[in-house]
Amino acid sequence: MKRVLSGLLSLALLAGAGAAIAQENHPAQQGAAAPASGEHAGGGEAEAHGGTPHFPIKKPAQMAWTFAGLFGHYDKAQLQRGLKVYTEVCSACHSMNLVSFRTLKGLGYSDAQVKAFAANYEVQDGPNAEGEMYTRKALPSDHFPSPFPNPEAAAAANNGAAPPDMSLLAKARGIERGFPTFVFDIFTQYQEGGPDYIHALLTGYENPPAGVEVAPGTHYNPYFANAAALAMAKPLNDGQVTYDDGAPATLDQYSRDVAAFLMWAAEPHLEERKRTGFMVMIFLVIFTGLIFLTKRAVYAAKEH
Amino acid sequence: MSGEHSTYTPTSGIERWVDSRLPLPRMLHDSFISYPVPRNLNYAYTFGAMLSVMLLVQIVTGVVLAMHYAAETTVAFNSVEKIMRDVNHGWLLRYMHANGASFFFIAVYLHIARGLYYGSYKAPREILWILGVVIYLLMMATGFMGYVLPWGQMSFWGATVITGFFSAFPLVGEWIQQFLLGGFAVDNPTLNRFFALHYLLPFMIAGVVILHIWALHVTGQTNPTGIEIKTKTDTVAFTPYATLKDALGVSVFLIVFAWFIFYMPNYLGHPDNYIPANSLKTPAHIVPEWYYLPFYAMLRAITFNVGPIDSKLGGVLVMFGAIIILFFLPWLDTSKVRSAVYRPWYKLFFWLFVANAILLGWLGSRPAEGLYVILSQLGTLYYFGFFLVIMPVLGLVETPKRIPNSITEAVLEKRSGGSPATV
Repeated sequence: MKRVLSGLLSLALLAGAGAAIAQENHPAQQGAAAPASGEHAGGGEAEAHGGTPHFPIKKPAQMAWTFAGLFGHYDKAQLQRGLKVYTEVCSACHSMNLVSFRTLKGLGYSDAQVKAFAANYEVQDGPNAEGEMYTRKALPSDHFPSPFPNPEAAAAANNGAAPPDMSLLAKARGIERGFPTFVFDIFTQYQEGGPDYIHALLTGYENPPAGVEVAPGTHYNPYFANAAALAMAKPLNDGQVTYDDGAPATLDQYSRDVAAFLMWAAEPHLEERKRTGFMVMIFLVIFTGLIFLTKRAVYAAKEH
Repeated sequence: MSGEHSTYTPTSGIERWVDSRLPLPRMLHDSFISYPVPRNLNYAYTFGAMLSVMLLVQIVTGVVLAMHYAAETTVAFNSVEKIMRDVNHGWLLRYMHANGASFFFIAVYLHIARGLYYGSYKAPREILWILGVVIYLLMMATGFMGYVLPWGQMSFWGATVITGFFSAFPLVGEWIQQFLLGGFAVDNPTLNRFFALHYLLPFMIAGVVILHIWALHVTGQTNPTGIEIKTKTDTVAFTPYATLKDALGVSVFLIVFAWFIFYMPNYLGHPDNYIPANSLKTPAHIVPEWYYLPFYAMLRAITFNVGPIDSKLGGVLVMFGAIIILFFLPWLDTSKVRSAVYRPWYKLFFWLFVANAILLGWLGSRPAEGLYVILSQLGTLYYFGFFLVIMPVLGLVETPKRIPNSITEAVLEKRSGGSPATV
């Protein structure tokens, strides 16, 4: 066993050394590397291979989230503020069609509140007995309606880039962590790459540095994953949304709240998962201990 | 199945009645209770048990998931999300299944490495080894097709890239590709047949696993010394000795598995697969699942043409060759000594091989450019060099250490040598 362990350790060292060499030499190689074939138009990749930096230009900062770690849980007040930011700002362009109103109870709302919230929306239903489609007030069982009738309409209204659906955004984004950080992430349980990215992007808009040309209709953001600029203009500004609970009306606060809300939208069962996980862990550790003691007792009589 | 005289004695009337009609309880008793195993098996020999558990976990969770999943391109993605959001404990089932695939591969790689280290593939266990490689191939096919089912961006583009490999073969390539896809591109027919096959293959794996265990019980297990069982003192009964050691190994393995399921279920996946498949939008980097990465690195390492073989076909041949070569391992290794414990040079090259495999895996996740390509080429060279040059030559020139006369002697030597008994 000891030998296996030391073997694994020396392995990790070897792999680490190899990776370190590879990373050190990488920037020098970049300029010489030929553009890879098959890159899609519009992405930042083709430029990246030409010698400009890989995207994103800046990596997102790691924020403190209540839902991180072993005992992670959602801050309900924060989720409610995030919902407010989503409904007042994001939802003008972004759909969230996997989330149903009834699940908003997870944000701490009562049945009546959910019903009243849903009633703010109109959804299409039908056909009725006459064969006509009609609109009615949304029920808790309905999902958030989309702001555009189809992706083509969404793209046409947004400079050719359809705004992505937000239901899974917090799990569908994440900047590569690189070696050796991804190894440490296993032990720190880092799973918040999505919210970190969303927060960084929302707070990251700035004027392009001197010498950087930004295509018309796009907006410079060094945190954007695929290019130096993106089609979405800076969506949030200080004071834009009025909070009822006294939380600061700042861009940073909005970004944190909406990122947390989107994490909830993408993973509504996160709290249940972590709570269950903790009980499973306790069970497994005790179970393993008992097996270990049994095994030791049985083997004690033998020479091994 | 051990070839030993059966020690099963039916005690009740019912047991005697069954035993004289279908002696299944006798077979189970002889295979998993009284079956003699070498007394010096260490924890490297518990990965087989983990693999059995993982196969069972995958089949059970998979069957339940299939009850809620719909294999149709317009609804597949949302049906998975319905499982995650609305099905009772659906999130648990899906995360168990998705991470279970990864842990299945972790266990199989450790199992294969153990076989390589202790020379488990050598005569008379060639068929046992070959059946193992067949299981591994079936696992790769199953894992690949399973990853397509959620119909995310990486599902779609991974399927496009991997089925595209087959078009590299001259004359028949395009036909094979279209046969696999059920059309000219990845689409609804592809998803449907992948779902059907993804449901079928695990049961084929289970069938080959039975053959694998049968072959194992005919030849008996190897052990860290590589010496065959000679006397009864060399062995202990499967139950309780091996069962308890296996149970402990499995239990520790499950702790790590649970860590991923409950706390970092998306760590081993790719964020892009939470974006619905879009045939008009190629992801910036198409990366296969981590367990294929070493082979992906070898595929992309071939950037040059060799005579009539262009770089694309060359890469595909190297990638498939990297697996096919495993079938010939029993005959490539010329050493008469089985275990690496007594082969100092082989031991060194073995650990280099493992380090190289991990390095190739990391390179497979990098873009194919600059130094990464050169390192991949060196890694590929060592991968094949290990099997085609080092193994045959080393067996002829290496001087092994003194080998004990029996397993019992090895165990007693270790005890008197003052070193603590490695359990």
